[in-house]
Amino acid sequence: MKYKKQKKQKFKNQLKVISKRWQLYALMLPAILYTALFAYKPMYGLLIAFQDFSVRKGVWGSDWVGLKHFERLFGSYWFPIAFRNTLEISCLDILIGFPLPIILALLLNELKRARFRKTVQTVSYAPHFISTVVMCGMITMFLSPSTGIINKLITALGFDAVYFMQEPSMFKWIYVLSGVWQGVGWSSIIYFAALSSVDPSLLEAADIDGATRLQKIWHINLPAILPTIVVMFILRCGQILSMGYEKVYLLQTDLNLFGSEIISTYVYKVGLEQSDFSFSTAVGLFNTVINCTLLLSANALSKKLTKTGLF
Amino acid sequence: MKKLRTIISGSNFFQLVVNILMFAFLLVELYPIIYVIICSFSDPDAVARGDIILWPVGFTLRGYEMVLEYSDIWTGYANTIFYTVAGTMINLAVTLPCAYALSRKDLRGRKIFMIFFMITMYVSGGLIPGYLNVKSFGLLNTRAVLILIGAMSVYNMIVARSFFSTSIPNEITEAARIDGCNDFSIFSKIILPLSKPIVVVMILYYGIGHWNSYFNAMIYLDDRSKFPLQMFLREILLQGKIYQEAINSSDISPEEALRLAELAKSSELIKYCVIIVSTLPMMIIYPKLQKYFEKGIMIGSIKG
Repeated sequence: MKYKKQKKQKFKNQLKVISKRWQLYALMLPAILYTALFAYKPMYGLLIAFQDFSVRKGVWGSDWVGLKHFERLFGSYWFPIAFRNTLEISCLDILIGFPLPIILALLLNELKRARFRKTVQTVSYAPHFISTVVMCGMITMFLSPSTGIINKLITALGFDAVYFMQEPSMFKWIYVLSGVWQGVGWSSIIYFAALSSVDPSLLEAADIDGATRLQKIWHINLPAILPTIVVMFILRCGQILSMGYEKVYLLQTDLNLFGSEIISTYVYKVGLEQSDFSFSTAVGLFNTVINCTLLLSANALSKKLTKTGLF
Repeated sequence: MKKLRTIISGSNFFQLVVNILMFAFLLVELYPIIYVIICSFSDPDAVARGDIILWPVGFTLRGYEMVLEYSDIWTGYANTIFYTVAGTMINLAVTLPCAYALSRKDLRGRKIFMIFFMITMYVSGGLIPGYLNVKSFGLLNTRAVLILIGAMSVYNMIVARSFFSTSIPNEITEAARIDGCNDFSIFSKIILPLSKPIVVVMILYYGIGHWNSYFNAMIYLDDRSKFPLQMFLREILLQGKIYQEAINSSDISPEEALRLAELAKSSELIKYCVIIVSTLPMMIIYPKLQKYFEKGIMIGSIKG
């Protein structure tokens, strides 16, 4: 009895605190409303993955078909191709695109002249501000077999012009390398910032012990930014299947589709070009589930190995 | 031989290698941009022949004149400026108050709200449910959709929250409260003026996003008069629109035919020019804001 009363009292106190701070909740209101209406409300639309959805009947009126669309998914011609391409491009992107910003930051940190370093940094950020559309425009222009500068170089060296944009096997390299060009400077900022927290007395001590520059990088600088590297790596792993569809979509041609169709562009085409809403949603849902699994396992693995993780 | 060894192992040699590497890197990052600039001033035939290396050949401003006459570009420009300004203002109005409230330790249920927001970073309805959702609000083919979609990025909100909780001392809030300020006025009159760096970072992040995005416009808009710049750029750069128009036109006067022939010939030149015209604002702005976004990324790297 007494206990219940105490609890009631506690609850009342809490309500009091909350009502005293109601303005803080009011400050959050726009964000909560937006998130509820534009992020959570569509989630209930995921139900249509299990229906034969028709716009006329709506989510509650459409017929339930269970896992039909998932069965269709695994039996479809394009899905395995899209799945493999997504994995291949994404993994290549991690393999090449992940270490380079770290290396760049370590090298920048070794530059003695501050002005030269600043110049390199400023210039390396520039491509980040180029829009995806312009970037893809530049890629197709540079790689054009007849007028592109890259093929001019290739023919000047005596080889035949390469039809880069029509060759499925080239696609992943075009995507990854142009991505590196565009993002390496920007991505290095976070590592460079982390390097500024290295204790200078450690470096001095290493100097006295006669360590070379490379040894100092390997034994002092790199371990210092390791936690940052781990966090960035986990985040990156969570995005393996949700790679930049905007850029892929723009770089696709009818001829390179075998190397360039990825899950998200497939979702777009099936969904909005062929209006197969339920099937497209099933593909998207499958994608999200795998992504979350990857993120959680990367996090668990990292917690086990390095004792740092996201959550 | 011994001397060479000491040079190689010595830090001077190391410094030299690093300098050379970084200089090469600088060229790789810079040259494609310079190349586009040079080409935009050059005779398209010279570009096609591959004569362009470091200097414009057959200097011309014809490309820019043609871009000036191309009305779609300016429609797009005006629309993009509108979407960027209005969209960014909404972004700030949604993100900053929420970030501040969540940075306050006396907010009950902070954890629950954080989870509520963070789930949406990893789970989403996806393309079609999102599309149907927009449709259910009657927002298809309206300007409002490009402003409302993405009104808050949870990542940016967390960055702002980290800034508020690490850079603004608790005592300021306490003192203001004792002086009789309520939470609204604490936020608008005290916190915001102290938080210029994070406001600039948010404007920059969101602003660039609006300026450069095309995908939402492609999905949600049909009406050409509402298209942002990037949609027209896509037509010109990737779908070869100007060239197509020029070769498809028939039944026209000789002068018109001549004009179109020139247009077809210049379609490549125009591509280089629109790249410059559309990207220039960003290229001018970002170096001035460099210290802010570097700071923003540092704040973002602080967890929790």
